[in-house]
Amino acid sequence: MTSVSVRDLSLNFGAVTVLDRLNLDINHGEFLVLLGSSGCGKSTLLNCIAGLLDVSEGQIFIKDRNVTWEEPKDRGIGMVFQSYALYPQMSVEKNLSFGLQVARVPQAEIDKRVARASEILQIQPLLKRKPAELSGGQRQRVAIGRALVRDVDVFLFDEPLSNLDAKLRSELRVEIKRLHQSLKNTMIYVTHDQIEALTLADRIAVMKGGVIQQLADPMTIYNAPENLFVAGFIGSPSMNFFRGEVAAKDGRSFVQVDGVAFDVSAYPARAGLQPGQKVVLGLRPEHVKIDEAAAGDAAHQAVVDIEEPMGADNLLWLTLAGQSMSVRIAGQRRYKPGTNVRLSFDMGVASIFDAASENRL
Amino acid sequence: MLKLVANNTIVSEYEAVPGRVTSGPHGPKPRRILSRRNIVVYGTLIVVALYYLLPLYVMIMTSLKGMPEIRIGNIFAPPVEITFEPWIKAWAQACTGLNCDGLSRGFWNSVRITVPSVIISIAVASVNGYALANWRFKGADLFFAILIIGAFIPYQVMIYPIVIVLREMGIYGTLTGLIMVHTIFGMPILTLLFRNYFAGLPEELFKAARVDGAGFWTIYFKIMLPMSLPIFVVAMILQVTGIWNDFLFGVVFTRPEYYPMTVQLNNIVNSVQGVKEYNVNMAATLLTGLVPLTIYFISGRLFVRGIAAGAVKG
Amino acid sequence: MTSQTRGSARPNQWLRNLNAKIASIPMILTALVIFVGGTSWTVLYSFTNSKLLPRLSFVGLDQYVRLWAAPRWLISIENLAIYGFFSLIFSLVIGFVLAALMDQKIRFENTFRTIMLYPFALSFIVTGLVWQWLLNPQYGIQSIVRSLGWTNFNFDPLYNSDIVIYGILIAALWQGTGLVMCLMLAGLRGIDEDIWKAARVDGIPMWKTYVLVIIPMMRGVFITTLVIIASGIVKVYDLVVAQTSGGPGIASEVPAKYVYDYMFQAQNLGQGFAASTMMLVTVAIIIVPWAYLEFGGGRKRA
Repeated sequence: MTSVSVRDLSLNFGAVTVLDRLNLDINHGEFLVLLGSSGCGKSTLLNCIAGLLDVSEGQIFIKDRNVTWEEPKDRGIGMVFQSYALYPQMSVEKNLSFGLQVARVPQAEIDKRVARASEILQIQPLLKRKPAELSGGQRQRVAIGRALVRDVDVFLFDEPLSNLDAKLRSELRVEIKRLHQSLKNTMIYVTHDQIEALTLADRIAVMKGGVIQQLADPMTIYNAPENLFVAGFIGSPSMNFFRGEVAAKDGRSFVQVDGVAFDVSAYPARAGLQPGQKVVLGLRPEHVKIDEAAAGDAAHQAVVDIEEPMGADNLLWLTLAGQSMSVRIAGQRRYKPGTNVRLSFDMGVASIFDAASENRL
Repeated sequence: MLKLVANNTIVSEYEAVPGRVTSGPHGPKPRRILSRRNIVVYGTLIVVALYYLLPLYVMIMTSLKGMPEIRIGNIFAPPVEITFEPWIKAWAQACTGLNCDGLSRGFWNSVRITVPSVIISIAVASVNGYALANWRFKGADLFFAILIIGAFIPYQVMIYPIVIVLREMGIYGTLTGLIMVHTIFGMPILTLLFRNYFAGLPEELFKAARVDGAGFWTIYFKIMLPMSLPIFVVAMILQVTGIWNDFLFGVVFTRPEYYPMTVQLNNIVNSVQGVKEYNVNMAATLLTGLVPLTIYFISGRLFVRGIAAGAVKG
Repeated sequence: MTSQTRGSARPNQWLRNLNAKIASIPMILTALVIFVGGTSWTVLYSFTNSKLLPRLSFVGLDQYVRLWAAPRWLISIENLAIYGFFSLIFSLVIGFVLAALMDQKIRFENTFRTIMLYPFALSFIVTGLVWQWLLNPQYGIQSIVRSLGWTNFNFDPLYNSDIVIYGILIAALWQGTGLVMCLMLAGLRGIDEDIWKAARVDGIPMWKTYVLVIIPMMRGVFITTLVIIASGIVKVYDLVVAQTSGGPGIASEVPAKYVYDYMFQAQNLGQGFAASTMMLVTVAIIIVPWAYLEFGGGRKRA
């Protein structure tokens, strides 16, 4: 059963196209993350779903009801904003109940809902305070509570954690996930932070230029990115890309890059590779191994340029085939700059893209 | 180092480290209060401040003297004999050429003009600025642009057509007409002031209120108004001083019996009949300046904000 | 989930956002009726020979010809030019120097600012009357200086046709420079503290930093201030009325007073309309290049 459905949605501001014939179906109870860098249209899409922006073309359905022209309050949504957007002159309790009072919900019912929301979010001691007297984390909890009391099916989050410091962000991330597991509402969550996206989402929609680039579960997005943009956007540090040409020799397939041959015989979609085809080979830093025993065609010599110890693991920047690449080494083994190392690659989890279309092969 | 310690046992080894010894510059840099820079800066500022204060001082001194003393003395000298007679005369007896009941009539006229003008112009402009900032509709920006450009048009260009409009409406010469004129000409700057203020509030607050189901007026009264008290005070300061100090509109749009205080003041001081009573004139001038001055000294920083915003009005 | 669920009808375009439109009615009326309508009306009637009442009998440019032949108008324009030129120069220079002094992290900043700005709270009428008194040759500054021994000292601008406009200028500067100082000070405070630190580390003297770095960075503030002062200059009226009533003779007449006198006292509306149209042209000469630089030019740069 779909909860929110977006059909051929376009939005233009004058000559600028912000959303371009976008389609998206979100299942009931699903946690969907809209991920992209700023200006990709993710917040715009969310605002369209909320009814805060008028669309230029297309339709929006919530619970199979066409809400394209409906007011935000009539859409059955609750929304949480990046800046919390708490009404500064009202106490926490007033903030929570304002929407219900506007809708003329009976006072007894208001009290009941406020009590329930503040219990779920553990903000009962804060009810009499003003927003200015709260910490960032508490404010965001109240903002979530405001969506909660509305008793709606769809929660919209517009970068809710971006204004918080790193520690609070990871704490609240867990809380939002716990909230979703207990409430089982549909949640649409906009962020530019891929960690939030990967950790929270049932499915991620990666957006760029007003278009969804890939819509899939986090592991698929991470392991099998649909195109070069998604591959480069997800993962930190980014996937290493090598531009080269497909070659075949002795029944094995290779990608030739600047005199270095990468054996890609283990690539799952090897059959789709045509000799002579221009491709981009993508290797995540953790799919490269430093392997002193490697020999033959699989062996590649590289020199360590820079070492970045991260604690749990160690990030090395090497030069291979005339370009810089990153390698993630588990553990705390140190490498001095200038050290020669041998590398081997896990081609079974590599990605290969057509150089022209930039799509996955 | 050991030697140092041996020679001076009071100094601990730590303090004796070379470079840490207390000879040479150390600690806070000494500052001379009478440095050349300070003399120039404060000297200039004090001279300038005296220049600015001089007219106020002279006004007060003159208004407390009797006419004989003014004729023989100099304007900077404090009064030998303080008299409040000029103030009483200015308030209750001074002649404007038409009547001789002093400035009190003008004062109450100005109150009756200023209070409603301030309230109406702020009410209209704040709602309008809110609509422009948060509920934009097609064409709104065009009208707003005309309004702002209009603020630069000399009033003289628009005065006569307004006279005709007011005459057609039957309110030319009345307080109602003048209040309307003040509302109209206060609109550009006030609308700009409120629009910019509301546009500067976080847009997400407005969005949150809409998701909460609040409409145009609910958001204005319940969300925006309580958050905007400072800007309302700024607007009030701006309007009270502006309208109180107005001369042109008062003289053009009202009949003599409704003349505001500024017009009456000018008529008293510049009336050609009778002997010039400089002490009464200065008392009258001070009385007229008293309302804006009081607001200025009470409001302090907010006044600065108000005039910086309202400076366009000129 | 097809088109049959198009439940809510699209609201009428005119009725959408209705409250905002209602709230904007006063603005729309003011913009169209008063600003556009009133201005066009005056310009149109400036080509007629309206006397006591406006009449649509066109006489071409007659009113303008008469205007530019009238000695009183020529004096008004000359006065406005002198007054405008000097008040621009002096208020910008004095305002900036005062602001720079105030920006030296001085003590009693609030007191100094309060003192320099209070004249701005006073009306032009009050300002004009005070300075009329201070410049009174019999009792004011001239008599004080003479009584100190300089018996030949002459300073009676309000009674000397040649310099009367400078007497008005003194009063105007007293009233307005505080505002310019405040605007400039706000501009100076808006400049990144790090600029000063960088200049200090580089060993650039303070005055050089002001001239070469700070003033160019304050271009926007200067232009805004310039426009504010300039549009105030064109409107100058109350000050002259209070201080000199245009005298001695017609020596201190200004265009705004010319307009008022012809419209409401000489009952020669056509002249008044033509003169006010000329004022409009003057303002346009100031505003249009500014608007072009600020908005038109900016778009091209982007």
